[in-house]
Amino acid sequence: MTTTLAAPSREARAGAGPKRQRGRRVNRWLIRAASLLTALLVWQWLTATDATVWIRFDRLPTPVEVAGQLGLLLRDPLYYLDIAQSLVRILTGFVLAAVAGIAAGIAVARSRLLSDLLQPLFEVVRPIPAIALVPVAILLFPENEQGIVFITFTAAFFPILVSTRHAVRALPTVWEDAVRTMGGGRGRVLLSVVLPGALPGVFGGLSVGMGVAWICVISAEMISGDYGVGYRTWHAYTIVDYPAVLVGMITIGVLGFATAGAVELLGRKVVGDR
Amino acid sequence: MSLAFHITDVSLGHGDETVVRGLDLDIRPGEVLVVVGASGCGKSTLLRSLAGLLPVRGGALLADGAPITGPSPDRALVFQDDALLPWRSARHNVELPLAIRRVPRGERRRLADHWLGQVGLADHGDRRPGKLSGGMRQRVQLARTLAGEPKAILMDEPFGALDAQTRAAMQRLLVDVLRTTPATVVFITHDVDEALYLGDRVAVLGPDGVRTLIDVPEPRDPATRGTPVVRAAREEILRSLT
Ligand SMILES: Nc1ncnc2c1ncn2[C@@H]1O[C@H](COP(=O)(O)OP(=O)(O)OP(=O)(O)O)[C@@H](O)[C@H]1O
Ligand SMILES: [Mg+2]
Repeated sequence: MTTTLAAPSREARAGAGPKRQRGRRVNRWLIRAASLLTALLVWQWLTATDATVWIRFDRLPTPVEVAGQLGLLLRDPLYYLDIAQSLVRILTGFVLAAVAGIAAGIAVARSRLLSDLLQPLFEVVRPIPAIALVPVAILLFPENEQGIVFITFTAAFFPILVSTRHAVRALPTVWEDAVRTMGGGRGRVLLSVVLPGALPGVFGGLSVGMGVAWICVISAEMISGDYGVGYRTWHAYTIVDYPAVLVGMITIGVLGFATAGAVELLGRKVVGDR
Repeated sequence: MSLAFHITDVSLGHGDETVVRGLDLDIRPGEVLVVVGASGCGKSTLLRSLAGLLPVRGGALLADGAPITGPSPDRALVFQDDALLPWRSARHNVELPLAIRRVPRGERRRLADHWLGQVGLADHGDRRPGKLSGGMRQRVQLARTLAGEPKAILMDEPFGALDAQTRAAMQRLLVDVLRTTPATVVFITHDVDEALYLGDRVAVLGPDGVRTLIDVPEPRDPATRGTPVVRAAREEILRSLT
């Protein structure tokens, strides 16, 4: 009657064993590395030949110059201090935003009263770019550090809030009905249905939130930091040290990539396959 | 251990819209009452009201003499499909009503395995619903419902999404499993033969309440299929359906 075959896995369909599978994975990593390497080579070629095709590459540092600068900075403890400072700021702001954004998203999606109370407020504040809050942050917080964390928090909060709200609203009612007819109350519905059910959407919001948080932490550091990758990059610009500016940018890129990857990985681990 | 429902002059509906009015029906403890009716006539609405998920618009809806004001673990609802939590394994789904009743963890697992065994899925406890067939998912839902030991089981076209063969097997399984529980069953279906096979009584629902209420001759005895008495009952149901 209801004997079912497990859905054929990908390697079974392709008629390949685990060996072929591993080979393909290595292959994909090679392609990814080649993509980055090609970009570097094109950059090197454009800058080394001082190409000017309307856009002018003659004043941009070459990758080799940038690599040299990076080599210097890698031996400089200040470089790591800056990275640590930026990471502390972004992680503090992001974790606070995750907790507050998920809680507020669920509250707004589940309660009409809270939605009426909070939603207008959120909608008015949301369009304001977090970086435009720098003056407010300076007025509100006694220390610069707290202001930067506040701006990072605000930036990451809204994407997390909105994704959580949508994910909770989109939940099929049948799961909640089932739990309620088993005798489950509000708390049980929240814990066993709403939170796990909304998780995939929540992680979408966390990914976006992490991206925006980087943009804002770097911008805030450029405006008002006295440490941090953003501050250091801007500082290098003011003293016309272009290789150092590019090292700063690449550092931001790599850090952003790493944190986004961490969120993605955590998401896959927590959400699992459904 | 089995609930009696008393439905007196009840109006059902959603929002401003009344779907059924003047409904009178007594559901006897321990019986299997099958409700049939045209699509949109309010069968699901009735079941949700019996479950306590939807307040009635008028009249008295009593479970064992007490008005139904909200959901209760005494009255379990079985849905057509996709009511299992997809991120939980089959076993973990069956454990849910036990967790809600605060059954200790070890005992929970033992009971869940017991009920999965009852529906023939002893070996599939670790699978997620997405890795089970539609028929298997409905069996897990049945196990989950039974694990809660409800006094009444309210089933809304539980086999409606299954193919004919699986459906017949599920009907036999349900009959087997229901023998082990005293619960009252209210079962909704579109299939008159299913109604006659499963029910002690069959009610035909219309906008003005129960149109016809038929006592099934020799309920749940496959040998009576196609006999003149059952054919007569079948004719009568079909007549009042149109
Ligand atoms: N959530 C809802 N909100 C508003 N109206 C609804 C809702 N659910 C159902 N209705 C309306 O109530 C009426 C009865 O619906 P119900 O689902 O009870 O019918 P049904 O007999 O179960 O039909 P089917 O056999 O197709 O499942 C329909 O006219 C439908 O449009
Ligand atoms: Mg229905």
